[in-house]
Amino acid sequence: MHMADALISPAVGGTMWVATAGLIGYCSKKIKEEMDDRKIPLMGVLGAFIFAAQMINFTIPATGSSGHLGGGMILAILLGPHAAFLTMASVLTVQALFFADGGLLALGCNIFNLGFFPCFIAYPLIYKFIVKDRLTSKTLTFGAIISAIVGLQMGAFFVVLETVFSGISELPFATFVMLIQPIHLAIGLVEGMATAAVILFVWKSRPEILQSSIASQTGSEKSIRNVLVGFVVATVVVGGALSWFASAHPDGLEWAMFKTAGVEELEAPEKGVHTSLAALQEKTAFLPDYGFKKTGIHDSKEFGESWPAVDPGTSVSGLVGGILTLCLAIFIGFIMKKWKSAHV
Amino acid sequence: MTTIENSLFDIRHMDTLASGHSRLHKIDPRAKLITTMIFICMVVSLGKYDISRMMPFVIYPLAMIIAADLPVLYLFKKILVVAPFAILVGMFNPLMDTQPLVQIGGFSISGGWISFVSILLRFGLTVSAALILICLTGFNGVCLALEKLKVPGPFVIQLLFLYRYLFVLIEEASRMIRARSLRAFDSKGLPFSVFVRLLGQLLLRTLDRAQRIHLAMCCRGFDGHIRISRPMIFGYREIRFTFSWSLFFVLARCYHLPMKIGSVIEGYFL
Repeated sequence: MHMADALISPAVGGTMWVATAGLIGYCSKKIKEEMDDRKIPLMGVLGAFIFAAQMINFTIPATGSSGHLGGGMILAILLGPHAAFLTMASVLTVQALFFADGGLLALGCNIFNLGFFPCFIAYPLIYKFIVKDRLTSKTLTFGAIISAIVGLQMGAFFVVLETVFSGISELPFATFVMLIQPIHLAIGLVEGMATAAVILFVWKSRPEILQSSIASQTGSEKSIRNVLVGFVVATVVVGGALSWFASAHPDGLEWAMFKTAGVEELEAPEKGVHTSLAALQEKTAFLPDYGFKKTGIHDSKEFGESWPAVDPGTSVSGLVGGILTLCLAIFIGFIMKKWKSAHV
Repeated sequence: MTTIENSLFDIRHMDTLASGHSRLHKIDPRAKLITTMIFICMVVSLGKYDISRMMPFVIYPLAMIIAADLPVLYLFKKILVVAPFAILVGMFNPLMDTQPLVQIGGFSISGGWISFVSILLRFGLTVSAALILICLTGFNGVCLALEKLKVPGPFVIQLLFLYRYLFVLIEEASRMIRARSLRAFDSKGLPFSVFVRLLGQLLLRTLDRAQRIHLAMCCRGFDGHIRISRPMIFGYREIRFTFSWSLFFVLARCYHLPMKIGSVIEGYFL
């Protein structure tokens, strides 16, 4: 399912575009460095292949309904993560422009949901881990199915996050998650089986293709990827779960204020720059006070000062805040690197 | 026609539309791309319950369609085809948000219905803007505009290659599907095992084709760098186009134009 422009707010769309643009820039740089001439036509033609393959509907064995291939995993297996991400991004761009499948602002979200998770998370962490160097029927099948399922689950989860944070749709977080995740579990299973079957076909008829694609993906980027993975895992743990354990007691400044003035926060003046900036901040904060926006519609049950404050809003905001910060940091890092190399 | 052939026809049709000769077609693609993005951002930034505020924005797609003589029914059908997801998600709004917001006569309309209509309008506006961009610029134009706007080279090249070989591969896939369906007597759709073999064959042929293309490029002097050249002038006409439309969008976003017009008319007659 592709995100539509109608359900996105500019803040969410803009953020995801920044992340996607950063990733596109990073992958382009990697492709240029690789200097493998053969990859350029290969990426283009494989992109066209995925586009065509997405239009071939097959009947799913048990149910009788029809499905089609997504393609992220096959691209990642054949091309490696960077080239596969660019190829997937190009396929989605063509779909957005010609078939209006997901709007132009939502294109950033769609490329991230359908490209980042299969290529940079499911492929290196799951598929490669399962397959390693043992190319057998079992490892290929198992690897493809599990990575397709995980990639699609994460993509679907991010669709929910993007919709909920935009605030245009009234669909509550829990309902949306419970609707979308099981559907995408089934879709992921089908995609995994289709990917596994096609890869097995290719492997059985021309094994050298898979072997050469593994050989062409050098292991030099392993170290940086391990570091990145470590960061991501740490961010998820801290933002997701440990944020519940954030102390409910006032922090140092608030404690000092309370002791001296009797209030924990100063009242802002009625007029002036403060109020206009505060109003701006209120408008742009999509996770006010580290939780979901408490709209007037839902009766907000006060969780009180219970500890640990198990609030899905807090953990999601912790997660999202962490991921956004990480993406921003990586993006700034690349900008700085580029600036440095241009000024050497 | 099967889905594949339909989509091939679709892409070709939009390509033909893009090679039209109206004044709008001749404007530099960068101007059209920037204007479209500003349009989408302004529409999307409107509030959840804004309906009348969106009305001024309808002028842009209408003006483009009329000025460039684009087929309205065709575009409308395309919008309808992709509507389901937005409708599906938006449908929950009337169910969840039942506080009445507006009173008309004896009827009170809940906020949910208003936001649902807002979603549909938003959807129509943004999708039509994207389709109009392609119908006026063509895919190659958009790619060249992206390249001039500093999008990384490898990505633009990937887009151009993809577009070039899209037709080749879609035709090949449709030939395979048609050949199979003509030989299948109880064709209850495509069974999974047959699909795997079809797709696997297509993939092998694709990989071979990629190799042939690479060899052909090397024979013609490919040295790893692809140079894109097309004279693109961002002149006075483009600046006027972009600036005037963007100004209109920003004004329509910041000021409630329909309300102002309504109050002027009220002041005249009442």
